[in-house]
Amino acid sequence: MEHLELFFKSIFIDNMVFATFLGMCSYLAVSKKVSTAVGLGAAVIFVLAITVPLNWLLDQYVLQPGALSWMGADYADYDLSFLSFIMFIATIATMVQLVEIVVEKFSPSLYNSLGIFLPLIAVNCAILGGSLFMQSREIATLGLATTYGIGSGIGWFLAILAIAAIREKIRYSNVPPALRGLGITFIITGLMAIGFMSFGGMLTGGDEDTAEEKTVEVQVTPTENTELANNTKIEE
Amino acid sequence: MGLLSKKDAALIKDPLADNNPITIQVLGICSALAITAELEASIVMSISVLFVLGVGNVVISLMRNIIPSKIRIIVQLIVVATLVIIVDLVLKAFAYELSKTLSVFVGLIITNCIIMGRFEAFALGNGPWRSFLDGIGNALGYAVILIIVGFFRELLGSGTLLGIPVLGDPIEKTGLYGFGYENNGFMLLSPMALIVVGIIIWVQRSRNKDLIED
Repeated sequence: MEHLELFFKSIFIDNMVFATFLGMCSYLAVSKKVSTAVGLGAAVIFVLAITVPLNWLLDQYVLQPGALSWMGADYADYDLSFLSFIMFIATIATMVQLVEIVVEKFSPSLYNSLGIFLPLIAVNCAILGGSLFMQSREIATLGLATTYGIGSGIGWFLAILAIAAIREKIRYSNVPPALRGLGITFIITGLMAIGFMSFGGMLTGGDEDTAEEKTVEVQVTPTENTELANNTKIEE
Repeated sequence: MGLLSKKDAALIKDPLADNNPITIQVLGICSALAITAELEASIVMSISVLFVLGVGNVVISLMRNIIPSKIRIIVQLIVVATLVIIVDLVLKAFAYELSKTLSVFVGLIITNCIIMGRFEAFALGNGPWRSFLDGIGNALGYAVILIIVGFFRELLGSGTLLGIPVLGDPIEKTGLYGFGYENNGFMLLSPMALIVVGIIIWVQRSRNKDLIED
């Protein structure tokens, strides 16, 4: 139950793009075509699912105040949390490199679709943001951290897919010249973010209410996903 | 500009308007939007980026001949991360409340695309002095947009500037509020940041037709 709650919360309520504006740079730069957006989105899910749990372990056993106590009583009062930025970004950069090598070796077809995006991802704010939010929200277990990573990845994926589809269609509309391209994309994203704010009420009811709402949400999501998937096929 | 040659002055002036990192190069948007609900946070964020970008550009430029190109991304990340840790610790020591408001967004300066973008595009190919000017110029371009957005969001959203009420008292109904003016609480919500930036882009491109995209 806890997992399900965190999962939907990280997809809809705390959506990376619409609630915290993470990964906006690549979101704006790579959303001109649906097919490339899908590639980058998938790569983000993949990398978040790996780096968030990894950084959780790092945070729990190395960086937190007192985390080094497993090395003996002498180390119990060490506080290395000021190193977390540098450790997180180093983990992310090396993991991305490693994932790239492994994927290239074992699955050339996946590499062809994800490959060019992987290096881009090391500097995507969504990835580092995922780890930093995991740290500041004090997620309790490794399992929850994984769920959080995958959930936020899927949220980012949905966002970039939606904006890419809209941008492909908007080419046929008569946008004022000065707003064309970047300007209108910003305003659409703003409107989408307002739409996503309505999910905020999803987890706020009493216990029974939340349970009810969640089951509804479970039924809704697959259809939404298939709709989006269908859209992509048509677009391609 | 006696101190700077014409070419050097252009390094600072261009990013302020016609080559603005946010509205034209589309870099560094992530942090630009999330923290602009208050003017004070925008200003502190701008100063942090100014420091990181100015110093970082110089450091990378000094090391540009000894960094192997294969691992340059990692080297750049380490340099930025070190500078950001300094900023974070200074903020925690001297402006604790503010560092709580900025929360993870100070850390996210590391992945701010402006910084990596300027390292890659400029500092790796130019000398320290020019890189420094380029860093300062781009950080100022970033600051201009952040401060404009922060100004409008705080003014329209809560009727204050830097925490000081400028439109009168909403409860006592003095000043503008006496005429039935209300704060637009919507401006404080994050989606409005996107729309304000969208409008800035609109205004800028209407004034300068060369910037219009196809």
